[in-house]
Amino acid sequence: MLGKSIVLGQFIPIESPIHSLDPRVKIILAGVLIFILFIVQDWFSFLFLGIFIFGLTLTAHIPTGYLLKSLKPILFLLVFTLVLQIFFTPGEVIWEYGILRISREGFVRGLFIIVRLCLLILATSLLTLTTTPVELTDGLEYLMNPFKRWGFPAHELAMMMTIAIRFIPTLLEEADRIMKAQEARGANFETGSIIQRAKNLIPLLVPLFINSFKRADDLAIAMESRCYRGGIGRTRLRVLQLKQSDYRFLFLSLAFITFVTFSSFFLW
Amino acid sequence: MIEFEQVSYWYSDVESLLEIKDEVLNSVSVVIQKGEFVVLLGRNGSGKSTLAKHCNGLLIPKRGKVTIDGLNTMQAENLWEIRQKVGLVFQNPDNQIIATTVEEDVAFGPENLGLPMEEIRRRLEEALSIVDMQDFRRKEPHLLSGGQKQRVAIAGVLAMHPEYLVLDEATSMLDPEGRGEIISLVSRLKGSITVFHITHYIEEAVNADRVMVMDEGRMVAQGTPREIFNLRDQIVTWGLELPQVTETAWLLREKYPHLFPTLPVSETELVDALCLSS
Ligand SMILES: Nc1ncnc2c1ncn2[C@@H]1O[C@H](COP(=O)(O)OP(=O)(O)O)[C@@H](O)[C@H]1O
Ligand SMILES: [Mg+2]
Repeated sequence: MLGKSIVLGQFIPIESPIHSLDPRVKIILAGVLIFILFIVQDWFSFLFLGIFIFGLTLTAHIPTGYLLKSLKPILFLLVFTLVLQIFFTPGEVIWEYGILRISREGFVRGLFIIVRLCLLILATSLLTLTTTPVELTDGLEYLMNPFKRWGFPAHELAMMMTIAIRFIPTLLEEADRIMKAQEARGANFETGSIIQRAKNLIPLLVPLFINSFKRADDLAIAMESRCYRGGIGRTRLRVLQLKQSDYRFLFLSLAFITFVTFSSFFLW
Repeated sequence: MIEFEQVSYWYSDVESLLEIKDEVLNSVSVVIQKGEFVVLLGRNGSGKSTLAKHCNGLLIPKRGKVTIDGLNTMQAENLWEIRQKVGLVFQNPDNQIIATTVEEDVAFGPENLGLPMEEIRRRLEEALSIVDMQDFRRKEPHLLSGGQKQRVAIAGVLAMHPEYLVLDEATSMLDPEGRGEIISLVSRLKGSITVFHITHYIEEAVNADRVMVMDEGRMVAQGTPREIFNLRDQIVTWGLELPQVTETAWLLREKYPHLFPTLPVSETELVDALCLSS
């Protein structure tokens, strides 16, 4: 069954210093890393940030191979980006065949961009591999809370995320069931041209879509009858509390990242 | 006490602006006393779910009134208190679990009530142990069986400390094993909380203090399980089926009229009656 094998998020349930960090610390750090990865412009920073991410992976007891697997879904994007950069960046030509020509600048830029993309994905995967969906939404809600003052729907967003995460496996299970039922009646989802296959998906998607409305309706009724009335006056089973170790980790990491960034600007 | 006084309800059709007055509930009067175990029977489409949704103000009567311990569901300011008093468990286990783990879901109601963390935790433990799901607290809902999901849903309601538990066909989407789990849970709850169990499986009415039957939006019969099971011909016209035990007894009685002075409703009663007579 498709749904049963799905784990919510990609969380690996083991114990490590990284797993036990407050989710807010991990979210902030991931955010800072993403930001920095976008602004740094040299290989030196990439090297150090890469080492940093690798170090965190070791501390989190996550097998490196497992982390690298998270790159698989974007493999196509990586190759595509590289090809695009290599062939279409003008500059000093290092290889030529017919109308195809590779420039040195294109080659370097292509590599640079895919390293950046890889590091971005690895940093975010590290977050989702070490943080449960519950912690993740809790952390986000806490972080968004200050913006409520200006009407930002922090609680509602967190609730939507929770429900989305909760229903992904359910919908996959249902898709699986509908697909089997249609296949039993001769539908074919695996062969044929892309257009044909897309067409064949319609009898799968329509019932799935309609059922989702029914589910949403039921869920709203269930929530209402359990006294849900939005975030006002609501308390939590789990209250997030920053520990000493959280502060220490956040401080050290930020110090390291700042150091790398600044030194790269001076060297650059 | 849950009290329905001459309650009528019809769904308004949004598309044709006319209100088609196809009454889904037709002047229903019902009283459920505290501590009772009441079973409501009725075929598909007879209006059971509509009735259930009136019990905690999810639907408001178009005519007549519903009161819970004197609180009228018509008044919006009562709804909060009414929904704490009356817990509803629905048919589809997949569509009423909100959170991504069992314990988060059971805590959902108490969180909405704004209880302090220690109290939420206490109620969580209590509810999980009542439905015997302590070992599953960290599990994700989609990894549970139907019966387990429904037990989580019941725990989520019990954690709000309701006085009335309304189960709207909570067993109808479960396999026999899951149904058995819920039935035995309900019989354990019996006595400690008022249970209003809605179903179309007539066997589930055997242990009820009182059985009610609905058909086409009307309350058509009320009585003890034995009284209801005696109405063999009517049961068929209401679109229900007699429990196998009772059906067997009826068939035997047709041949041997002296066999059962009182109609057996459970397997033990049937066996006892047969042994005594031989
Ligand atoms: N949301 C709705 N809108 C319109 N009609 C409805 C709605 N819900 C139920 N009905 C109709 O009301 C009748 C009773 O439904 P319901 O109370 O769900 O019965 P039961 O639970 O006994 O199967 C059915 O004829 C059904 O089609
Ligand atoms: Mg129903």
